[in-house]
Amino acid sequence: MNSQLKAYLILCFFVLMPINAAYAKTKISWWHAMGAENGERVNKIARDFNNSQDQYEVEPSYKGNYTDTMTASIAAFRAKKQPHIVQVFEVGTATMMAAKGAVYPLEEVMAAANEPFDKSVYLPAVISYYQTPTGQLLSMPFNSSTPVLWYNKDAFKGAGIESPPTTWKEMHQTAKALRKSGMSCGFTFGWQSWTMIENYSAWHNQSIGTKENGFAGFDTELAFNTKPLKKRIKAIADSQKNREFVYGGREDSSLPMFTNAECGMWISSSANTAALDSQADFDYGRTFLPLDTDVADTAQNSIIGGATLWIMKGHKDDAYKGVAKFMTYLSRADVQAWWHQSTGYVPITLEAEQVSRAQGYYEKHPGADIAIKQLNLNKPTINSKGLRFGNMVQIRTVINEELELVWGGRKSASDALDNAVIRGNKLLRRFERANSR
Amino acid sequence: MLKRVHFGPSWLPYALVLPQVAITLVFFLWPAGQSIYQSFLIQDPFGLSTEFVFLENYEMLLDDELYYDTFGRTFFFSIFVASFSLGIALLLAAMADNIIKGSVTYRTMLIWPYAVAPAIAGALWVFMFDPTLGVITHFLDRFGWDWNHKLNGGEAMALVIMAATWKQISYNFLFFLAAMQSIPKSLIEAAAIDGASPSRRFWSIIFPLITPTTFFLLVVNLVYAFFETFGIIHVVTGGGPAKSTEILVYKAYNDGFIGLDLGSSAAQSTILMAMVVIITVIQFRFIERRVDYQ
Amino acid sequence: MIESRPIATMIAHAILLLGVAIIAFPVWITFVAATHDAMRVTQVPFPLLPSDQLLVNLKATLFATQDSSLDLPIGLMMLNSLVMALTIALGKISISLLSAFAIVYFRFPFRMFFFWMIFITLMLPVEVRILPTYEVVASLNMLNSYWGLTIPLIASATATFLFRQTFLTIPDELLEAARMDGAGPMRFFFDILLPMSRTSIAALFVILFIFGWNQYLWPLLITTDESMYTIVMGIKNLLETAEGDPQWHIIMTTALLAMLPPILIVLLMQKLFVTGLIEAEK
Repeated sequence: MNSQLKAYLILCFFVLMPINAAYAKTKISWWHAMGAENGERVNKIARDFNNSQDQYEVEPSYKGNYTDTMTASIAAFRAKKQPHIVQVFEVGTATMMAAKGAVYPLEEVMAAANEPFDKSVYLPAVISYYQTPTGQLLSMPFNSSTPVLWYNKDAFKGAGIESPPTTWKEMHQTAKALRKSGMSCGFTFGWQSWTMIENYSAWHNQSIGTKENGFAGFDTELAFNTKPLKKRIKAIADSQKNREFVYGGREDSSLPMFTNAECGMWISSSANTAALDSQADFDYGRTFLPLDTDVADTAQNSIIGGATLWIMKGHKDDAYKGVAKFMTYLSRADVQAWWHQSTGYVPITLEAEQVSRAQGYYEKHPGADIAIKQLNLNKPTINSKGLRFGNMVQIRTVINEELELVWGGRKSASDALDNAVIRGNKLLRRFERANSR
Repeated sequence: MLKRVHFGPSWLPYALVLPQVAITLVFFLWPAGQSIYQSFLIQDPFGLSTEFVFLENYEMLLDDELYYDTFGRTFFFSIFVASFSLGIALLLAAMADNIIKGSVTYRTMLIWPYAVAPAIAGALWVFMFDPTLGVITHFLDRFGWDWNHKLNGGEAMALVIMAATWKQISYNFLFFLAAMQSIPKSLIEAAAIDGASPSRRFWSIIFPLITPTTFFLLVVNLVYAFFETFGIIHVVTGGGPAKSTEILVYKAYNDGFIGLDLGSSAAQSTILMAMVVIITVIQFRFIERRVDYQ
Repeated sequence: MIESRPIATMIAHAILLLGVAIIAFPVWITFVAATHDAMRVTQVPFPLLPSDQLLVNLKATLFATQDSSLDLPIGLMMLNSLVMALTIALGKISISLLSAFAIVYFRFPFRMFFFWMIFITLMLPVEVRILPTYEVVASLNMLNSYWGLTIPLIASATATFLFRQTFLTIPDELLEAARMDGAGPMRFFFDILLPMSRTSIAALFVILFIFGWNQYLWPLLITTDESMYTIVMGIKNLLETAEGDPQWHIIMTTALLAMLPPILIVLLMQKLFVTGLIEAEK
């Protein structure tokens, strides 16, 4: 007991110091899922905001990965101890927006605080994912990225390939050429549901579910078991024979296959620059996702992944004024340009992109604007503004499971996608039921 | 029941069990009760919309063919994990018990792995078994074994069994060794003088004397395999490929903690708990009879 | 002394060496990774031999240098983990010794009821019932406190079960003798039972200390105050880079440092093991 008491006293000392320094400021708690260097960047944003004014104090707390952070906030809400701001990944969007009594929509917070808010400055494809069908923005995009095609320039040179593929046909030809040149695999991808189902559909302006991909109501049904997608998945599975495609596992676990030059091409998040810079000892390039010319003549736009900041109900009005001010600060072009350049995530405003361009960032880092170009390619349609399905975490697991059966040669692409839709729809009905009262 | 002699009746035993019973009531039975109540509800994660559905969550599970497959997989996994981790630990403890030179080093080295932070265990298994990076996969590759647990369900199952077993060997080793070390050396010396070989001494003297510990470890290891392996499965395979490494507790964790379907997860936990309670009661009824307490 | 059989001893050494080589291999991987620079461990093939970067990595881990913007308060986190590990280990051992004593040595109404009530806590890990447990802790106002961190984790049956097993092996004659000497229950408990359970206590202390030391999810939920973060939370923080670039050299060096206190405990407890042995021989 004695040692514990001592430790306690030492701790009280540490705990009390910052409290004294920040006396009389209104505190705003911000729970986030950014570890390591990005965590330090979150702290810097909060620090800079706190130094920019003297009424509010944003206190960031690291709460584990995305699922840990979300569960922690939900547990806290149920016990009435919720934070003001919480970072939630994009697949949690439906769960958050369904919890009307728990979340305070961003635009309402801004309006109640009389904080000027102009939606037109934001990148349409970034905010469309988080808007209601009538256009109200629910949460503030924080870290966003989109899948791009990464390729190994040195390997391309070695195989005599002049330019990266732009279509799926070329994708397979390039993979063949890479294999001929001695590479052990042509291409692979990470986050297969996100890259190969969700983004494939948006990129070709195909819907993946009814009711505007779920935006228009919880009574939505999945519908990605389409002919083109089945054909595409089958072609990829068939190309495993010659190792043109090699499956690299769930989430981002295929990264080492690309950085160790096993595979010459990799479809994954545009935000991987930091890892590639340090782990790949070859020249890499990035370009648009390949187009299926059987499905569409031109590409539509890709959709984002990442996380947004949700504001939770149950605090004093004064604190929400501070939250509104913080959101304005976060959207400032200089803050966004810095965040974009140091993390590799896309900026959320058009102005931040212009600032970065003026600073010569894209000249120094060719390709760093591919993600923005891809998102901004066209005005998002109902098929490409994003998706809003409840129980999306489990639906992604279902898609992983079914696709793994295809890659393992245990199921046809057609049966797998049909079954994924059936199983996914059960999860959607369950979500609808849970949020019906 | 098992002791012939007891202290006389008084208020003392109640006072002795009080602290533990109080903590159990407040921090276990209360939340566990809520969890069972939750299994009769369909509710959104925030608790804003609640519908009492009685047994519907259970019915939904029992209507799902895929759920039944999970049972078979769980038994397969648990039996392998429990028997490997007990068997290997028993062998190592028996060897360590016999040795004088270097025994402290061996013990420390064998207990050390238990101290590896679970947070990095996932990364360590990647460094060992990732088809691209893994140092062991490279080794296997030389023998023409193209290890790929990301696609091969059997290899994935083997990997999670290895990972879960590894985590528990140190634990079992420590308790087996502690039990062996508390056997009076005079008993073993007497047998040695009678000319009994080391293996005979082990099976006729040491093993019967450590049966109370073995029984303890048997129960604890089965409980471990059934309940506490979701973390290691989560970081090693995430239940895949397809569903090849999804066991009951992983599904309950994944649906509840990750997927936030609290009602279904609670129903799964309740089913799992009922099952393990039955297994444990059977163990106490039938296996404990063979335990030699004196 | 038991007769020496050189061949049997050699076999024992061989088996133990093999066991150590396999079981401690992940520890070796951690060590090797902590001696290389950030990039090396992500390249094929993974190195099997240590390099010379350990001191550099240690310095980078313990003292925030200019080129690394990470400055986790490792000392403070270790202290928090230590408080948590000690409280959990000592708390569990004390309450379990008492309850096991009651259940084995007394005959009283509801004895089996209490036994099974305690025993059932084996059957659901914290993670599965985490939301309701959190609500209980929150309603008792124990968030962000050492009590909230530790007490819910003290409710576990493992220790009670182990002590029950240990007590059952202690000969009844000892109790009879003690009663003839007129010793009361608590005297018997302190003078006979405790010393005789020494090895079990030592083994359990090691296990529970490490259990408490390695807690991650529970402290993450219960604390929002960074000054209460534990070392494993620190490791997780370094590891969860989302799309970032994990700094393996720092992660593995931190993991290596985090293993030291538990190993120190293992070494200290070895002494108790050995003393226990001598006592038993008397």
